[in-house]
Amino acid sequence: MTLQVLAVDDSRTMRDMVRLALTGAGFGTHLAEDGLDALGKLDEIAPPDAIITDINMPRLDGFGLIEAVRARDALRAVPILVLTTESADGMKARARAAGATGWIVKPFQPSQLVRALRMVTG
Amino acid sequence: MAEIRASFFIECEELLEALQDGLQTMLDGTHDGETVNTVFRAVHSIKGGAGAFGLDDLVSFAHSFETALDALRAGTLALGDAALKTFFQGADVLSDLVREARDGTAHDPAGSGPVLAALDMLIGAAAVDGRADDAMDFQPAMIALDLDLGDDATAAEHLYRIRFRPAAMLYASGNEPLHLLRALRELGPVRTRCIEDDLPPLDALDPEQACLAWDIELAAAAGEADIREVFEFVDGLCDLEIHEDESMPAATPPPDLTALTPPAAPEQTTGAGPAMSATPTTPRATVRVDLDRIDRLVNLVGEIVINQAMLSQSVEAAGLPPNSPVRSGLEEFLQLTRDIQDSVMMIRAQPVKSLFQRMSRIVREASAAIGKEVRLHTEGEATEIDKTVIERLADPLTHMIRNAVDHGLEQAEARSAAGKPREGDIFLSAFHRSGRVVIELRDDGAGIDRDKVFRKAVERGLIEAEARLSDGEIDNLLFLPGFSTADAISALSGRGVGMDVVRTAIQALGGRISIASERGQGTTFTISLPLTLAVLDGMVITVAGETLVVPLSAIHETLAVTQAELRAFGPATQLIALRERFVPLLDLGAELGYRTPLDDYAGSAVLVIGREDGSTAALAVDTIEDQRQVVIKGLQDSYGRVPGIAAATILGDGQIALILDPLDLISTATGRTRPAAALVPAMTGTAL
Repeated sequence: MTLQVLAVDDSRTMRDMVRLALTGAGFGTHLAEDGLDALGKLDEIAPPDAIITDINMPRLDGFGLIEAVRARDALRAVPILVLTTESADGMKARARAAGATGWIVKPFQPSQLVRALRMVTG
Repeated sequence: MAEIRASFFIECEELLEALQDGLQTMLDGTHDGETVNTVFRAVHSIKGGAGAFGLDDLVSFAHSFETALDALRAGTLALGDAALKTFFQGADVLSDLVREARDGTAHDPAGSGPVLAALDMLIGAAAVDGRADDAMDFQPAMIALDLDLGDDATAAEHLYRIRFRPAAMLYASGNEPLHLLRALRELGPVRTRCIEDDLPPLDALDPEQACLAWDIELAAAAGEADIREVFEFVDGLCDLEIHEDESMPAATPPPDLTALTPPAAPEQTTGAGPAMSATPTTPRATVRVDLDRIDRLVNLVGEIVINQAMLSQSVEAAGLPPNSPVRSGLEEFLQLTRDIQDSVMMIRAQPVKSLFQRMSRIVREASAAIGKEVRLHTEGEATEIDKTVIERLADPLTHMIRNAVDHGLEQAEARSAAGKPREGDIFLSAFHRSGRVVIELRDDGAGIDRDKVFRKAVERGLIEAEARLSDGEIDNLLFLPGFSTADAISALSGRGVGMDVVRTAIQALGGRISIASERGQGTTFTISLPLTLAVLDGMVITVAGETLVVPLSAIHETLAVTQAELRAFGPATQLIALRERFVPLLDLGAELGYRTPLDDYAGSAVLVIGREDGSTAALAVDTIEDQRQVVIKGLQDSYGRVPGIAAATILGDGQIALILDPLDLISTATGRTRPAAALVPAMTGTAL
């Protein structure tokens, strides 16, 4: 069964990278450009097996997205990985406080992304 | 990967544009959080992508830039003129680095060094406040692609005993113990035992509480750090104890992996994978298409236009009544064809914004180089024009902007003395006017010093000292080759490239350039360009029974020559007197080999053609038929280059007509008429 991942990033390059890494590893991907776009996608699609999101995005940032996702009953247990170039612990703490499951520090290798995903989706 | 790389660089262009826009907004006085954030995000995204491709120069510069912007975002750095200037320079360097990374050219730190130092100073100033430390530990290092964990047969195996007790928060954050146990299994064989001691009776069970713990035995070559890495995401969300059992020999009995069945059905509402299409849905507002394909389409639409014109003529010839269905149908077809043609041309069109942004950089660099304070105002950036035109406009426009900064605007002191603000203004605007795109470059400088221009022109033998020229004629002297009024050749614009080159470049695009200046108020250059290079405004003429098209942009004026205006100059050269000047007359029919020169050209139609060097020549033709847009059809290579012929077109009646390159034709012919041309004072007063 193909695991479905929703990848949220305002950078097209990052979305492409994530999609390439995920498709190569046999995941199905949905893409969104920012938090609001992602929430819209989540209305349309069945709950994904994981969400990967950037933090710094226009309209609705990663923290806001995580909080909104966790507030939805159907999505409260969906693993959410945060993509960040800011490896500082402060960021991780904030992401976790918002309800993030884990994080991936950019730049990442496809294998790291997949590994982190496996860690949260089994 | 190459494709993503390409798309990264395209995205970089967009991000750099957003960066410029944001900085411009800040310069205009708006620096709310969102603007600063947008600027930050642009740099941040470039850094992120660059890191993924191992573009170290780009990453490290973007990092400093981003750190400074972050300080601004956090409020530890105040946005002053100096900071803003540094940010603009940072954007320029970033754009250079992106280009270098894209083209694979080496980076020259000489350009970026001072900017980097300036950024570091900003960061340093902010860091005194001690808050801009967040992103400082960014590691641009690449990490090995394959993580070969635990499979190293030569490494001694260890036996680890692990106690893992998740807290409620672990579940709330979307983590799942089962996944972690599976991840551990990748390090080596594991044996787990679920500890249910704290599990309350069912009626007392709070499903939000965490009641289970696990004892795990792991035999692995990996170190403790590798095990902790598995639990990285749940660090702080569980009790984790790891002990290495020294007494255990390496050969552990194969653990019972069936112990890995889920301890309890986890409250995984998402376990059932959605049956959605696995096709990635990529939201995209744009499609990238090879330019060749578009050109093919443009060409085909050109064919339709020609075909439609031929059809119209046939219908006309058939003498159908005006209200016949064929005619009204054709009318609609005509309208549709025009719409299609416009739409297809628009595919090749791009907003001039990217061009204007490049110019804002030129202004910054030019003004910094000569120590003038200059501000560029742009307008009509959304105006669209053919992609090729945009590309080929960059050089002439760059030159004009440098000229405006260098010669057009006065020094700050002179400006103050003249009661103007110290900061000079340059206005660059684009707009549509009667089916063409007009680009206007205006400065509020001193205007053209006509006495000086006149003196220079006399000094260089371009005009006679006693010539009487109108203001417009004097202004147009600037377009003569090699003309420069700069007293000192400055590093900026005095590079031997004159406005004549600019004019030639504009004319090659089917454009026209004119100049207007008012003493003390400034100078305005107006460039008028066709919307597309695929159609051309032409004058249809006949000579010796042949029909030809002459580009309208090359024609200064047309007239019917009288006997009184004709002068013979030697046996083979004719001149015409044109407003007290002599212009060499060429017989187009003879030049193209259609006929032998006539004895008498009185009554011929004459096209006056302006040349690059400001001189003019006249072409004698038989009749002027029409003025219309024609679709340019390239002559195939098999015909070779025909001097004086630029391309061909098909007229409405199906007739093929050659499109003349009058300048080329005249240059080729000048060999024979040189003595005359050299004698003729080289100016006309018509607009260029």
